[in-house]
Amino acid sequence: MDATSHRFRDNARHALANGRLKESLASFTKTFPEKRQKVIDRLPEFDALRDEGVRIKNHVLANLDFYLERFEAKATAAGAQIHWCRDAAEARETVLSICRAAGARTVTKSKSMIGEEIAINEFLESNGVRPVETDLGEYIIQVRGESPSHILVPAIHLKGPDIAQTFREKHTALPPGRALDEPEAILREARTVLRGEFLAADVGLTGANMLVAETGSIVVVTNEGNADLVMSLPKVHVAVASLEKVVPTLEDAATILRLLARSATGQDITAYTTFATGPKRPGDPDGPDEFHIVLLDNGRTAMLGGEFRDMLRCIRCGACLNHCPVYAGIGGHAYGWVYSGPMGSVLTPSLLGAHQADDLPNASTFCGKCEQVCPMRIPLPTMMRHLRERQFTTGGPAAKGRGALKVWAFFARRPALYRRATALAIGALAFLGGGRGRFRRLPLTSAWTGPRDLPAPQGRTFQALWAERRRRKP
Amino acid sequence: MSARDDILSAVRLATGGGAALGRSAVARAFDERLAKPTANLIPERGKGTPAELLVRFIAESEAAAATVARVAGRSGIPAAVADYLAAHGLPRRVRAAPALKDVPWPEGIGIAVDYGKADADTPVGLSCAVSGIAETGTLVLPSGPATPTTLNYLPDVHIVVLETASIVGSYEDAWSRFREEAAGGDFMPRTVNWITGPSRSADIELILLLGVHGPRRLHILLLDGQDA
Repeated sequence: MDATSHRFRDNARHALANGRLKESLASFTKTFPEKRQKVIDRLPEFDALRDEGVRIKNHVLANLDFYLERFEAKATAAGAQIHWCRDAAEARETVLSICRAAGARTVTKSKSMIGEEIAINEFLESNGVRPVETDLGEYIIQVRGESPSHILVPAIHLKGPDIAQTFREKHTALPPGRALDEPEAILREARTVLRGEFLAADVGLTGANMLVAETGSIVVVTNEGNADLVMSLPKVHVAVASLEKVVPTLEDAATILRLLARSATGQDITAYTTFATGPKRPGDPDGPDEFHIVLLDNGRTAMLGGEFRDMLRCIRCGACLNHCPVYAGIGGHAYGWVYSGPMGSVLTPSLLGAHQADDLPNASTFCGKCEQVCPMRIPLPTMMRHLRERQFTTGGPAAKGRGALKVWAFFARRPALYRRATALAIGALAFLGGGRGRFRRLPLTSAWTGPRDLPAPQGRTFQALWAERRRRKP
Repeated sequence: MSARDDILSAVRLATGGGAALGRSAVARAFDERLAKPTANLIPERGKGTPAELLVRFIAESEAAAATVARVAGRSGIPAAVADYLAAHGLPRRVRAAPALKDVPWPEGIGIAVDYGKADADTPVGLSCAVSGIAETGTLVLPSGPATPTTLNYLPDVHIVVLETASIVGSYEDAWSRFREEAAGGDFMPRTVNWITGPSRSADIELILLLGVHGPRRLHILLLDGQDA
């Protein structure tokens, strides 16, 4: 997808004006945190498990080359073919050449953020291969020509009637008078249509939640079971995964699985967790003849050596989105690229490059909830602060306040002057706005007074009031 | 340079290059771990006596919208399947895993049974799990010549046979059983499916719906003995 992160302000403004989106977001930012809290209350060891998860990931990141090589050796021994790709373009070409070699016309896909990151759908389509998303939410937005607005619930911005109308427009072979009022009916229709696609596909494309160095396995979790049909029906399976997905052992995978679904959807575990190791074995009645794994860098090694290494611990659970007041206000599309919410605000600038997403790290209240709920304890607010600081030196939007801050610093370093100047300013404002008690407009404060009034000061500074209070109560 | 060399050298540069110094120690520690697998923290709910684990397994799998029936032994499987299909008015056509070929189906039971992988229109799949994990009510189903994977996903109804004696506490316990069985060799089949309840989605307005692409119903037959 084309990134529109640089247009964040406009995107956010449009999102805020969308009443239906607001409704969807309100129900969802309430439901998910509640569900998460409920399952965590049932697991007293949750915080200790988070510590273990952090330890595992930090150890892997510090020795990433070692575990990648071990993973490669085991996966290859099991019959998988590994493709290392430096960037999105290489990954796209690799996937396309596998599809061409297989003579593929249709590719079924299970939801993959890396797939979105490398924009594989558009690329395959323009090269005569038809990609079909099979995750229900992804399918809905694919048919509508949209992009996901949440990494777990991609169609969270839509209501049942929207989807029903889309299906009527798209599934023209079905009787036009059919009932699609109930979500259940919409689901049945998607199941029927996609069943045909599963069986006809030549290549199945998935992501991977983890790569296990011990066994050369990929781990894929879903609730719908679509990934398993994608992995076991077509004759070729391609998994795309970024480098940091590797974990040492099956025991380590178990630890992270205990964190993933609880943080994501508030389930103890997803309905389906699959460990896939190589292609079909001799005697196996089903499974793919070929199994390819694309190992993608696309900016990860650059993050590994810098101040954003901790971000590579992210397991894409979405907890930071679900708890973020900014995400709750504007939804995922406004962020303008694949990753949204706090994790997107850190990842997008790192992956797309400087000044492509400058507004994202600024769109935070720094309430700290994201770090509090992150199963991998990623210091998201600190990283957003780093990004803001970087803008200060390289001239991003955060630097706009530089002049004002300089003026403030001049006075702050001279307390006597500060006291006098503020007393003067406050007095003047109180005089000017005193009548109505608020300002509708004031020079230099349009960002504040655009959507709301600025209360007028009461006439004296805090310092003056405090001094008086101390005098009265010795 | 190849993409592989480029990426690995970029990783080495980013991790300090000198990591190679400690690398042999990391490799040794990893190999030791593989030779003698060690678990990380296992939560309390993954531990207990066999009786406790049985109760927890049933409670957790039911909480995930699966249903559970107790069966005395393998010869009780046909009657249990017949009861379940009748109770829910389901088609009496079953595709079973070849691993269950020894189960004797009585002539008059009125169920058509055949064996092999699932087809697009297979209404009921009958397969067998090697473990049940009490921690989350999770079934462990490895693929193999006698256990096709598609039986777990294509049919609308999935019935799984699990021996009560195969119920373990934690995910780690389930892996231990794989390793014991392989006795030091490669123990991973092409695929290991962990299944917890039927297929589900909340993609439409966050309303939980069952049976999206996988089965709408998951029914577990718990075998209490080898045979009745």
